Amino acid sequence: MTKRIIGLLAVAAGTACFAGQARAQGTTSLTGSGSTFAYPLYSKWGLEYHRLHADVEVNYQANGSGAGIQQFTNRITDFGATDGPMTDAQIAAVSGNVIHLPTALGAVMPTYNIPGVTAQLKFTGEVLAGIYLGQITKWNDSRITALNPGVALPDQDIVVAHRSDGSGTTYIWSDYLSKMSPEWAQRVGKGTSINWPVGLGGPGNPGVANIVKQTPGAIGYVELIYAIQNHISYGLVQNSAGRFINASLETTTNAAAGAVAHLDPNTDFRLSITNPDGADAYPIASFTWILVPKTMTDMAKAQELVHYLWWALHDGQKYCNDLAYAPLPRRVVQLEEERLKSITVDGKPVLPSNYRGR
Amino acid sequence: MTDLSATALEPEVAPRSTAEERWRALQTVSRGDAVYRLVLTVFALFLPLLLLAIAGDLVVGAWPAIAKFGPSFLVRSIWDPVNDQFGALPLIVGTLYSSFVALLIAVPLSLGTAIFLTEFAPRWLRTPVATMVELLAAVPSVIYGLWGIFVLIPLLRDHLWPIARPVLGHLPLFSGVFYGPSVLAAGVILAIMILPYIAAVSREILLAVPAAQREAGLALGGTRWETVWRVILPYGRAGIIGAVVLGLGRALGETMAVTMVIGNRHEVALSLLQPGYTIASAIANEFAEATSGVHRGTLFLIGLVLFLITVLVNALARFLVWRVARGSSVGSTAL
Amino acid sequence: MTPRRVLRTVVGSLMTGATYGTALLAILPLAAILAMLIVKGAGSLNWDFFVKSAVPLGESGGGFAHAIVGTLIIVALACAVGLPVGVATGIFLAEFGGGRIGFGIRFVADILNGIPSIVIGVFAWSWVVRPMGHFSAVAGGFALAVILVPIVARTTEEMVRLVPNSLREAALALGYPRWRTSLQVVLRTAAAGIVTGCLVAVARVAGETAPLLFTALGNDFFSTRLLAPMAALPLQIYRYAEGPYDDWHRQAWAGALVLILLVLALSLVARAVVRGRRQHA
Repeated sequence: MTKRIIGLLAVAAGTACFAGQARAQGTTSLTGSGSTFAYPLYSKWGLEYHRLHADVEVNYQANGSGAGIQQFTNRITDFGATDGPMTDAQIAAVSGNVIHLPTALGAVMPTYNIPGVTAQLKFTGEVLAGIYLGQITKWNDSRITALNPGVALPDQDIVVAHRSDGSGTTYIWSDYLSKMSPEWAQRVGKGTSINWPVGLGGPGNPGVANIVKQTPGAIGYVELIYAIQNHISYGLVQNSAGRFINASLETTTNAAAGAVAHLDPNTDFRLSITNPDGADAYPIASFTWILVPKTMTDMAKAQELVHYLWWALHDGQKYCNDLAYAPLPRRVVQLEEERLKSITVDGKPVLPSNYRGR
Repeated sequence: MTDLSATALEPEVAPRSTAEERWRALQTVSRGDAVYRLVLTVFALFLPLLLLAIAGDLVVGAWPAIAKFGPSFLVRSIWDPVNDQFGALPLIVGTLYSSFVALLIAVPLSLGTAIFLTEFAPRWLRTPVATMVELLAAVPSVIYGLWGIFVLIPLLRDHLWPIARPVLGHLPLFSGVFYGPSVLAAGVILAIMILPYIAAVSREILLAVPAAQREAGLALGGTRWETVWRVILPYGRAGIIGAVVLGLGRALGETMAVTMVIGNRHEVALSLLQPGYTIASAIANEFAEATSGVHRGTLFLIGLVLFLITVLVNALARFLVWRVARGSSVGSTAL
Repeated sequence: MTPRRVLRTVVGSLMTGATYGTALLAILPLAAILAMLIVKGAGSLNWDFFVKSAVPLGESGGGFAHAIVGTLIIVALACAVGLPVGVATGIFLAEFGGGRIGFGIRFVADILNGIPSIVIGVFAWSWVVRPMGHFSAVAGGFALAVILVPIVARTTEEMVRLVPNSLREAALALGYPRWRTSLQVVLRTAAAGIVTGCLVAVARVAGETAPLLFTALGNDFFSTRLLAPMAALPLQIYRYAEGPYDDWHRQAWAGALVLILLVLALSLVARAVVRGRRQHA
């Protein structure tokens, strides 16, 4: 009796499964992969866009910026996403058939867990580099106390936490430290995975956040969203104007505005915006990019993809703030509109030249 | 003397048959056997082909790194993706160390559990406990990792270590400051993860030991424990070693849970309390983001190194089985 | 009682107590993890969780339906390919595995068991996803099958080996050819053990994330199409656990709880099917 029921259920399940094989008439499925930093935002965009256009499913999944670039290069995905721009060699591997589209901005901040200290600490780039080089080993080191005169810092070992997995967050952090400390630039350099002189590694932003939360005396670097959501102490960082800035959506957008003020209209958007000009700019910020081909082969798919990207750069930006991403400056969006209009299939542009959105 | 052969070997043939009919009947029977054996062999060859394919992929992928580093790769300790300088020694040491610790903890626990379930547990308790142990295998690695960070590490660092430190603290095996993420934490998590494999398989093996053996042991005057230790366990030792090897395989290849609790530090350290790194964790951590040819090649190369470590460890285990299980009567090798 | 007798009795009692202790130690982590899952996840389990798919962040009423169905499909695919091959290999090793071929295949199976699942995922990516040109549930099923086969092969072999020779000889004496002996007598006797081995393997595979990262990829939308990316419970749990939002974390815990319950259900069903076949030596 039991066996018969089980058998019937199995047959029913199999039939249901096969019934679902035929694609719903007219549904376009677009697949993208890459950056984990941008995953919450792109996931939101995909689902919201589906509500507006039920015949388009934009499925984005995060398996790492490097994987995103690689899968984009192999044309397994329709678009890629990355926190670190493609290198010249990688662009050569796709014969230059790629456009980097900045979609949003993120910020990386230092977080810490010092028993008994609730004040917000001030850091400079040199001090952070010193800590991460293993040269500053105690919280009451004179270089830290000099920046924070009113705070009683204990004689506690600093436990450094960093990312164990390759990540765009590490890229941004190490890019900033390289700019602020010649020794760091020479000894370690910048990259998604680097040769950490000291510290414990945790996988993912939560890995670092958890090490910091659970280890007294720890310091780590995480994306803005994680610091806010995890209720851990984060510090102020000194910017190029000498002011100590709190990482926020506003100061992050200021960072981008400062960097794009002198942007070449023909830019390929592969720029670093750490330590930019601007009195109110947060120094450790970065774009995140979507990679899309310049020339595609399937006109119907290309149209849906470009429509979606246009929407993301305009209407989609209103979702950024709630998810703790900073929206793009207006100037950047204007330049990107030009780029989107330059995408072609078999020589024909995908968007009409007077396109203003659906 | 009656002719027994005709009736014993050919039940399908009518009693008074000719010689040819009997001969044909024999051949039919053996043809069925031949087909059976062929079908099974074809299925079984899938595994070696798979291994060749995977090994081939690893070698091809690792070539850029092999060409650049050569054998010194195995003894260097540097890991610098920015400058494309890599050495796998800490990874090799960490992998072996954490797996060894895991086995040290898991084998007694699993065997004890298996013995408990087959010998001493009350009947109503057996299936629920056995099912619970098997469910341990279904918990995703991520959950193990989260449990490790939030429960296990604070337990070890803040509660157990202060008690143990006066006794163990001066041993080199327990030296250094205990921050939490460590080889010890990884070993414990791995032990919990491999426990279901060893326990479930060992339990089945112990269940299959004939009652006659158990009864003989008791009849000779042994206590229940002595019967278990001297009669039942030896009877199943070959299978139990097989179960342990199964668990070891899982320990060597585990990624997510280990990387969340081991500290991910490219350093060789004797102390269990220091952070370490394993090959599988390194691959899982860096593969998705590795962009340079040499970096990716290095990850394939350490995959190949793990492959070789697994071969060596398994060869050792096979040797052990051969030495230990010689003369054991478990299993059918007669047919 | 002689002193030696006393010693043996005491040692016996101590060791018996020790086995109770080890069993308790073994169950403790599971109980702790299950408790943590229930405490953190049960609150998020509602009807919506099982029938609705993802909703945009910040909204309530979302669920894991796409991931639950996805896992069922991908694991079913993996089992359809992996279990027959694994069991057949196991029988081969037990019945005909005395010689060098058997030795070699056994060795190969043990090595394959030690390969990290992410390596299997990359292997499946280069052999299935790249030629096909896109991610798919089929690729995910393939990757999981590759993990299943060596585990099932070894456990099946161990279980079949345990069938006493007397049973085989009795069947042969009754005139059964070897293949019928193997299928109808030996396998029937070992069935419960083989099922246990398969269950442990399927439980493991159902919770694997790494092999699916580059094969099935995951999908925010409900899909049963075998040739398209598909969501899966462990993938969804992993992505949501890695995310920054409490809402996602709660759903990840609930998803993990559902995964365990699924495996439990599978285990009960399989046990029911093989009930009564437990061998009595």
